[in-house]
Amino acid sequence: MKKSRIAGLAVGVSILMMSACAETQVPVQSDSPPSASTTGADQESDPTVYPTRIISLSPTHTEMLFAIGAGDQVVAVDAFSNYPPEAAEKITDLSGFEPNVEAIAGYEPDLVITEGTNPSLLAQLDALKIPHWSGPAVNNFEGIFTQIEELGALTGHFENGVFVAGEMRQEISQIRDSLPAGAPSLTYYHELDPTYFSVTSDTFIGYVYAQLGMTSVADAAAGAGGQYPQLNAEFIIAADPDLIFLACTKYCGETAATAGARPGWAAMSAVQGGRVLEMDDDVASRWGPRIVEYFASVAAAVTDLLAAAGN
Amino acid sequence: MQRPHPTSNAPTGRSPIGLGVVAVLMVIGAVLLGSMIGPAGPTWWRVPLAILDRLPLIAINSGVTEAEWNIIWQIRMPRVVLAGIVGAMLSVAGASYQGVFRNPLVDPYLLGAAAGAGLGATIVFTVGREATASWPVDPAPAVAFVMALATVALTYLVGSAFGGVKSNVTLVLAGVAMVSLTTAVQTFLLQRNSEVVREVYSWILGRLSTATWADIKMVTPYVVVSTTVLLLHRRHLDVLRVGDEEASTLGIPVARIRLVVVIAATLGTAAAVAVSGLIGFVGLVVPHAVRLIGATSYRLLIPLTLAFGGAFLILADVPGRVLTNPAETPIGVVTAFLGAPFFIILLRTRQVAR
Repeated sequence: MKKSRIAGLAVGVSILMMSACAETQVPVQSDSPPSASTTGADQESDPTVYPTRIISLSPTHTEMLFAIGAGDQVVAVDAFSNYPPEAAEKITDLSGFEPNVEAIAGYEPDLVITEGTNPSLLAQLDALKIPHWSGPAVNNFEGIFTQIEELGALTGHFENGVFVAGEMRQEISQIRDSLPAGAPSLTYYHELDPTYFSVTSDTFIGYVYAQLGMTSVADAAAGAGGQYPQLNAEFIIAADPDLIFLACTKYCGETAATAGARPGWAAMSAVQGGRVLEMDDDVASRWGPRIVEYFASVAAAVTDLLAAAGN
Repeated sequence: MQRPHPTSNAPTGRSPIGLGVVAVLMVIGAVLLGSMIGPAGPTWWRVPLAILDRLPLIAINSGVTEAEWNIIWQIRMPRVVLAGIVGAMLSVAGASYQGVFRNPLVDPYLLGAAAGAGLGATIVFTVGREATASWPVDPAPAVAFVMALATVALTYLVGSAFGGVKSNVTLVLAGVAMVSLTTAVQTFLLQRNSEVVREVYSWILGRLSTATWADIKMVTPYVVVSTTVLLLHRRHLDVLRVGDEEASTLGIPVARIRLVVVIAATLGTAAAVAVSGLIGFVGLVVPHAVRLIGATSYRLLIPLTLAFGGAFLILADVPGRVLTNPAETPIGVVTAFLGAPFFIILLRTRQVAR
């Protein structure tokens, strides 16, 4: 349990902490990171040092591993790790929610990556002496960068991790800076499913919107409904958010058209102004590298709205 | 099978007309209250005025804007009406099931209607809403409805194959088995597709919060047919109380009556579950509550249960939308939370009265 506690603490704290964590779990020589290639092709990991049979039970971290060029070291991913396409080829029946530790052990992994939400799995992995690393949901962009850098160090792609995180950091700040200064604060409704489950600003995705000066209409329900409250239909219409983000397009089949056709919605200004955006369910619910694209699309919608309003 | 109401023919001292008047007043009061209270929309007292204003030949300046009326009419009223229909349907189905099985612990989900509907919805969500998004009709309620009927039909077939027509204990046990089997399949599907767990969960937990007039149009024909059949059979239910053999000697075709009542109650229940999800407790408790206030004969019980069930669910839905405003509290939580203490108080009052 000590290891997992360290792993939990490591996230979002510091890169120093990270290397300590890494040392306790896998024999990583983090003080001498491997070659600086960003392609990953000529950067064969040393099998005596870096893991070569990684199992990722977290779709977010699968995306991170492939982004930093560690994809070749991944032998299996969980059922939801559907991106990138090369990762999807390694999908197995392994589940991050109800994992079968015997099935995991059957792959003879030398590193198991989880979101850390299942302490009993981590204890079982400890018992089998299978190294593991946990990356819980983050609260901000820095948390993402830290996890990417940690994964880079763990898998022998230290510089790639630093590079990817750095690029993301730069793109995000460019997007943020592209918005006009002193723009009015906008409100939004982020829909998790068509029964009006939503998110407050106190979530990671809420943080993403807040970076563009936006406030969730669901914040009014934060006290009673937690971070992911189910909103009342009357309330959403009365709140009349500036922008509506549908984040159950893949799995619920919601579209701007179906949302606009809901009773009473035709009168909402976001519907009338064509500001109902169809988002990718997966990107919206992960904290992976693709959050930059998400951020850009939200920023574009904000820019359009501000331009239309003459700001 | 025990007989729940041995004293049912004893005079209760309450006039049926009095109870009927109370029931009608309850329904009117519930609809008014339900339409007045919500997290958005106009001040509560303007709502009845606005409704009157919409009636032909009446013109009142209610001070309600078009946007506010939009909220009342498109969002709140469908919810109130659907709650009324579903509450009435589940309660009357519960009363009929209790009568036909002579078992006070029975609710309309006994033979697998709810489990079947839940499995149906799960199948639709698992196959993927993407595949069905372009369909003109949402397949979830339709598949839920069909699966609910299919599960009950299977229960009935299994039960009657082993003598369930003669002994309703076998039928009830077949129901237990089918519910377990259906739930197991559903759990398995969900476990394999945990990305849809939340969608299925919120679908199951009661969907009054997303009620539309289209839902009401969909459910009404089934509920009308179902309640009409049940109302027509209420005298038979009274006779069935004496026991199968005795009822047979009185010239009642017990097996056929049981089948007709079960089919009718299941049809209505399946339709209600398909549009509103699983709302527990109503079908079990409302019939007992109505019995406890004095309606012991099914002739009186069935119509009164219809009214009180509707009123109860409309009222139970009000805290659902204001308690954690503007978040929703699942209707099933509220029905149990209000219903259980209410039921205990009724039981106690009855104890004292004896």
